[in-house]
Amino acid sequence: MRTLLNTPLDGTDLNPLLQDFGLIVHPPFLYMGYVGFSVAFAFAIAALLSGRLDAAWARWTRPWTNAAWAFLSIGIALGSWWAYYELGWGGWWFWDPVENVSFMPWLVGTALIHSLAVTEKRGVFKSWTVLLAIAAFSLSLLGAFIVRSGVLTSVHAFAVDPARGMVLLTIMLIVIGSSLLLYAIRAPAVKGSASYTLTSREVLLLINNIILVVSTAAVLLGTLYPLIHEAIYGEANRVSIGPPYFNTIFVPLMGLLAFALGVGTFSRWKKTSVVYLKQQLSKVLIASLAFGIVIPVIVTSEFNISVIVAVVLAFWIVFSIAKDIFNKTSNKETFFKGLKALSLSYYGMQFAHFGMAVTILGVCLTSHYSVERDVRLAPGDSETIGNYEFIFEGVSLQQGANYQADRAVITVLRNGDEYITLEPEKRLYYATQAIQTEAGIDVGLFRDLFTALGDERGDGSWVVRIHYKPFVLWIWLGAIFMAFGGVLAITDKRYRSKKTVKQSQNESVLSGSSSSKPTMAAES
Amino acid sequence: MNKRALFIIPGLLFISMLGLLLFGLGRDPNMVPSALVNRPLPEFSLPGLELDAAESIALITPEDLTGGISIINFWATWCPPCHIEHPYLVEISESEQGLSFIGVNYKDDLNEARLFLEEKGSPFKKIIVDLDGSLGIDFGVAGAPETFIVDSFGMIRYRHVGVINHQIWEETFEPVISSIQ
Repeated sequence: MRTLLNTPLDGTDLNPLLQDFGLIVHPPFLYMGYVGFSVAFAFAIAALLSGRLDAAWARWTRPWTNAAWAFLSIGIALGSWWAYYELGWGGWWFWDPVENVSFMPWLVGTALIHSLAVTEKRGVFKSWTVLLAIAAFSLSLLGAFIVRSGVLTSVHAFAVDPARGMVLLTIMLIVIGSSLLLYAIRAPAVKGSASYTLTSREVLLLINNIILVVSTAAVLLGTLYPLIHEAIYGEANRVSIGPPYFNTIFVPLMGLLAFALGVGTFSRWKKTSVVYLKQQLSKVLIASLAFGIVIPVIVTSEFNISVIVAVVLAFWIVFSIAKDIFNKTSNKETFFKGLKALSLSYYGMQFAHFGMAVTILGVCLTSHYSVERDVRLAPGDSETIGNYEFIFEGVSLQQGANYQADRAVITVLRNGDEYITLEPEKRLYYATQAIQTEAGIDVGLFRDLFTALGDERGDGSWVVRIHYKPFVLWIWLGAIFMAFGGVLAITDKRYRSKKTVKQSQNESVLSGSSSSKPTMAAES
Repeated sequence: MNKRALFIIPGLLFISMLGLLLFGLGRDPNMVPSALVNRPLPEFSLPGLELDAAESIALITPEDLTGGISIINFWATWCPPCHIEHPYLVEISESEQGLSFIGVNYKDDLNEARLFLEEKGSPFKKIIVDLDGSLGIDFGVAGAPETFIVDSFGMIRYRHVGVINHQIWEETFEPVISSIQ
C-alpha cells in the first residue's frame, strides 16, 4: 500500500457565487435554448440541401423554435434574477459580454419566430428565414466561444481556457462557415410565391425582423468593440463599452418594436385596409395616451417624459391585445364561446406580447423610481424610505454547511407598524476564503425591499445597502409570460393530431391561410 | 447589385468576425498595460464638476494636480463596483487629509453623478468631467473603477484596476504612498 504525498484534506469547493439554486437551474435552461436552436438550424440546412423550402419546412421548425426560445427566455430571466439577489448591489442587467451573448440568440430567435410565421402562412421571406435560423444557432456557438475562451473580460469567466477557445473557433468555422457557404450557393435560387402590400402583416413582421436584427447587430458590435478597438489601435489602448452605449441604442429600438407590435396585431395577411387600421388604432392610441399620461402623473406627481413614453407603449400593447381579442370574439354568441374558439397559438402570441408590456413597465419603473441608500448603521439606528422604516437590530455570527455568515437583522416598519424582518447575510466560505453577499429581500408585486450587508466599520456599525425597487418583479414576470406564450403556441392542437396536420397543410397550400378552428370545434 | 452577391454577405461578415476572434484569442484579457507608470500626467484641460453650481467654467489641467500626492479615481454612476468602493473612498479621504483625492467622472450622466455625490458624500477635492472618455483613453483606462497614484511632481506612480477596500489600501496603496512621500 502506498500513501500519496500531500493529499488534500479537503477539495477547493465550488465557487461560492455558484452555490445557489438560481444558478443551478439557470445554465440548463439556457442550454436547452441553445440546443433547441440547433434543431431549427438542422431543419434549415436540410431544407437548403434538399431545395425544399416550402411551408412544411417552416411549419415543423416553428414548435422547436418556440420551445428553444421559451427555455432561453426563462434562462436569461433566471440569470438576471440571480444577479439581483446574489451579487448584492440590486442590479439585474449589466450588459456584460456573457449576458449579451445569451441575449443575442434570444433576439434573433424572436425574429425567427415571426419570420417563420410569414414563411409558413404565405410562402415568402424564405431565404431570410433560413438565414435567421442559421444565425440563431451561430450566435449560440459564438456565446459558447466567448464564455469559455476568455477573449473578453467578464464577471462570468468562471472557467476560462484559451486552448479550448481554439477548438471552439474551429467548430464555428466548420459549422457556420459551411452552412453560410451552402446558403450563398442555394439561397439565391429560392423564390417567394405570394404578393403583399405595404400595409400587410407580412411587411409589419418584416419591420419586426429589421428592428430585432438591428438590435442584435448593435449588441454584437458593443460586445466585440473592445476587440475591434484593440485590433486597430494596439494593445495599449483598451476600451470598455458600458451600459450607456447599450441603453442609448437599445431602448429606442425596443420602443419602436413595441409600437410596431400594436399595429401588427390588427394587420392582416396580403393587405390591410388603411381605413380599418386607422379605425382600430385610433381608439387604442387615445386610450393608451390617456392612461399612460394620467396614471404616472397622478401617482408620481411629476412629468417624466421617458416614463410616460414607456407606460404609454405598455398600455398600447395591452389595449391592442384586448381590442383584438374583443374583435375576434364579437361575432360569437357569447364572449366565452368566442374565447373558446380562438386557437392556442393565438393565445400564445398574445401572452408573449403581454409579457413584453409587463417587462417594459418593470424595466422603466425600476430604473426611474428606485431609491438606493448605502448607509452606515449602528445597532438601533434606522433609515427611512417613503413609508418604510428600516431598523438595524445588529449582526450575529451564524454557521452554515461550508461557510460562516454575519447575519444582520433588519426590522422593517410600514407606517409605524411592524411589517417584516429581513436578514441579509455576508458569508465567508471556508474552502475558498471567498466572501459572498446574500441579500435580504421582501418581494412584492409592486415593489421589492432590498437589503444587503456591507463591511463592518470597527465601532460596531455596518455599511448597509437599502433599496426600494418598484415593479422590479415585473421584469421577470414578463419573461414568464413570454415563455408561457411560447409553450401555449407549441401545445396548439395542429401540432398533435395527425388529422389536423393533414387538414391544415392542405389549407395552407390551397388558400395560403391556416386556421385550426374547424378541428378545434370538432374536438371541443 | 447582383442578387447572388447579396447572399455572400453573411458569409463574409462571419469570416471577418472569425478573424477578429482569432486575434482576440492571442491576447490576455486581464493584462493591464501600465505604459503610463513612471511617466508624467498626460496633457488635458477639462471642466470640473461642481456640486452646488449648475455649470462650471473653470477648467482643470495637470498643473492643478501637482504640489502633493494625488489619488486619481475614475468612477461613474453606471458602474456597480464604483458604488461598492464609494463608502470606503469617503472614509479614507477623511482620514488621509494629506492626500488629495481627485475624481474623474467617466462617461457619465452629470445630473446623476451630482445626485450620487450629494446623497453619499464626496471624497473628492476636485472632480474632472470626462464626458467622452478622452481622458480615460489618455490614461489607458479599461473600465471603471481605476485608481492612479500621482506624486507631487505630477508623475504617475501606480495604477490599480478594480475596487479599493481596506485591505487593498493597506497592502498596496500605503507602501507606494510612503515610498514616494
